[in-house]
Amino acid sequence: MDSNTVLFQVMVYLGAAVIMVPLAKRFGLGSVLGYLLAGILIGPAVLQIIGNEGHDLMHSAEFGVVMMLFLIGLELEPALLWKLRKAILGLGGLQVLITSVIISGIAYFLKLPWQSSLAIGMALALSSTALVLQTLAEKGINRTTAGRSAFAVLLFQDIAVIPMLALFPLLAIAGLSTETAGNEAEAWIEGHGGWMRALIVSGAVAFIIIGGRYLIPPLFRLVASTQLREMFTATALLLVVGIAVLMSTVGLSPALGTFLSGVVLANSEYKHELESDIEPFKGLLLGLFFIAVGASINFNLIFEKPLLIFGLVFALMLVKAIVLLSLGKAFKLRVDQNIIFSSSLSQVGEFAFVLLSFSLTEGIVERGYVEILMAVVAISMALTPIAFFLNEKIVLPFVDKRLSSTIAEKEADTVNEKNPVIIAGFGHFGNTIGRFLRAHGIKTTVLDIDSNRVEFLRKMGFKVYYGDASRYDILLAAGAAEAKMIIIAVDDAEKRLQMIETIKKHFPDLQMLVRSSTREDTYDQMNAGILHIYRETIDTSLRMGVDAMKLLGFRAYTAQRAARTFLRYDEQKLKDLSKIRDNEKEYINQSREYIEELEEIIKADIKQLHLEKDQGWDEDSLIADEKVKKDE
Amino acid sequence: MAKVLILFAHPAMEKSRVHQRLVEHIPKSAGIRFHDLYERYPDFDIDVLYEQRLLLQHDVIIFQHPFYWYNSPAIIKQWQDLVLEHGWAYGSEGRALAGKKFMNAISAGGSKKSYSKTGRNKFALTDYLLPFKQTAYLCGIEYLPPFVIHGTHRLTETDMDLHALQYEQMLLALSQDRISKPEIDSCIYMNDLVPIPNAIQS
Repeated sequence: MDSNTVLFQVMVYLGAAVIMVPLAKRFGLGSVLGYLLAGILIGPAVLQIIGNEGHDLMHSAEFGVVMMLFLIGLELEPALLWKLRKAILGLGGLQVLITSVIISGIAYFLKLPWQSSLAIGMALALSSTALVLQTLAEKGINRTTAGRSAFAVLLFQDIAVIPMLALFPLLAIAGLSTETAGNEAEAWIEGHGGWMRALIVSGAVAFIIIGGRYLIPPLFRLVASTQLREMFTATALLLVVGIAVLMSTVGLSPALGTFLSGVVLANSEYKHELESDIEPFKGLLLGLFFIAVGASINFNLIFEKPLLIFGLVFALMLVKAIVLLSLGKAFKLRVDQNIIFSSSLSQVGEFAFVLLSFSLTEGIVERGYVEILMAVVAISMALTPIAFFLNEKIVLPFVDKRLSSTIAEKEADTVNEKNPVIIAGFGHFGNTIGRFLRAHGIKTTVLDIDSNRVEFLRKMGFKVYYGDASRYDILLAAGAAEAKMIIIAVDDAEKRLQMIETIKKHFPDLQMLVRSSTREDTYDQMNAGILHIYRETIDTSLRMGVDAMKLLGFRAYTAQRAARTFLRYDEQKLKDLSKIRDNEKEYINQSREYIEELEEIIKADIKQLHLEKDQGWDEDSLIADEKVKKDE
Repeated sequence: MAKVLILFAHPAMEKSRVHQRLVEHIPKSAGIRFHDLYERYPDFDIDVLYEQRLLLQHDVIIFQHPFYWYNSPAIIKQWQDLVLEHGWAYGSEGRALAGKKFMNAISAGGSKKSYSKTGRNKFALTDYLLPFKQTAYLCGIEYLPPFVIHGTHRLTETDMDLHALQYEQMLLALSQDRISKPEIDSCIYMNDLVPIPNAIQS
């Protein structure tokens, strides 16, 4: 077997990931560690299936980081940033600044060059967004003060990565060998003078902002109108890759460019669709990146210098935790919240791998140090779940016995404010519901797959998103996990059934109110277990019937009551029929019987003779009673 | 043990300070049933058979409602018109409800003083309840004095809470048959049987 074929390589990587990631998640270690373990497994340390190509792989997999920043940008609505400005700038800014300074200082004190010290300080100041957010959400503490503070700090760190990436090339040490292949594009811009370069760079940034606002939405609308899903995915990928190429052509960080375009598109109607299209690519590429990191961890080193490595891990986490604790105190976090906050962020994050490998290729830090630090970072991440566990079981009960109530108390003012109602489909059926609910101050998130309609409605000030609501990822992005109910009002009966199945499977607590067209359609939905079904023509046709009766001379109240009686009877019959529908023959008989019965009840209703309901208004029995009295 | 049925009628309960409290204090015991008419019949289409079955299952029937224009909200009238059928509740053969007890539980904006000869409402509140009393009589039902909360627009939170407790105690006493005939005959309002000490009123 030629182990060098591309397919074989792909098989090894995917195989290792598919085995290790679910295992890691099973033991509560998170997917990042799963990928790292997969890398260690197939790397030189254990199975030795891949060797030094891990480093080359890391280059291509770094594109996963670029995509991740695009997604982070998409999530950053300006309103959210503004709301959290104090926590982000204050807590986050100070954390990154103070931690970097202290770690850099220690490194410099240990006689490293100042450039290396600075790079290491910045890299190690970051925590793991993927790991921490996941763990906080799993433990249900993402909405407590500690959870929100941690979120703010992570947000600042994620943003801070961009200037750091931009700054690193400036830190290059002349004597150190750079391991990069050399970028021809950079050479192109080197050829211009300083002012010209500045002009090109600002022109590119302006192009991204203006293009993102005015060119991309019409382009997506055009692509969406082809109704081909893969074209949308292709366009989304083209957007990210295109920006990355443009950015490296003008000598800027691709991550910065995609992040910027993400922010520009954060308020666009295609936000959720973009997110769910890019997400799997980002996930896989990041996974690949972590596998590469895992494969390049030097285990000999850990066995050779266990004291040094574990000592570094311990010292590092202690320093980070102390900085976080003091900041938490300064920002008036309660003791228990502060302990959760600072212990959750005390590890070093995945961006450290990015920055460290970047500093290696740029020639800022020597390979020997980078290898030690990579191992330290990986171990500190591995310790995070354990730190959480110890915290929960030992430290916190000791500090505050009332912790459980604090964790349970979810504050109303949450970071990701989600609407209680999702409306799928905003055609003439859905929009009436939407307008009605809006008139009563009920907030709704609307999903629709007609891009023209989406554009129009957004102009009218509705929060409408483009997306297929039968897809799990779109529903999730629209907040289906937190919403109370979903109103399924799309035209397509087949699509409605798909949505019902998806929601039943993934969001069993979400209440469904479903539109239906034909009787057949209604039966299908009843069999799918839907309790709230709304036949789209029944109310209108009955209203029309009421008016017809009135114009024919019936009393208005009589006609209205007749219509309501009719509706109740009809719905009851529909339920009875749906139960026996599988038996074709019986169904036909029942249908005939149903029509006969219907005829009867309508007749009875209009004549008002045997309608039990209205006997209180009926004089017949009173007259009969009087007769009896007279006769006596 | 007597089974109590509360037929509650308030067209905008979310706006009522008094009735929200009263409803909260209705004891959750098997013998007391709360039945919200506006919630069940927003279209005024009373399910007559269902209502009649409910009545037969209970011994004490209470209309709980605000006092609007010296009377009940509209749905109670609709309910009476449709449920109390001739030949069932009254008439030469209508004895279905005979022997049961009936009363109103009312909140009124006017003070107790205003419901008197010299007050602006000119008559006692019980005078205005005459149609209910006579309806009960015609159906062979024993009519109990009403439970009344006066001056609802001026009540403090404390007073409303006290009245809610009073209502709760009265319901328990009714359901446990603890109120004797002489006691009922001696009072004008049922409230008199569960007095609130002056010292704790605000």
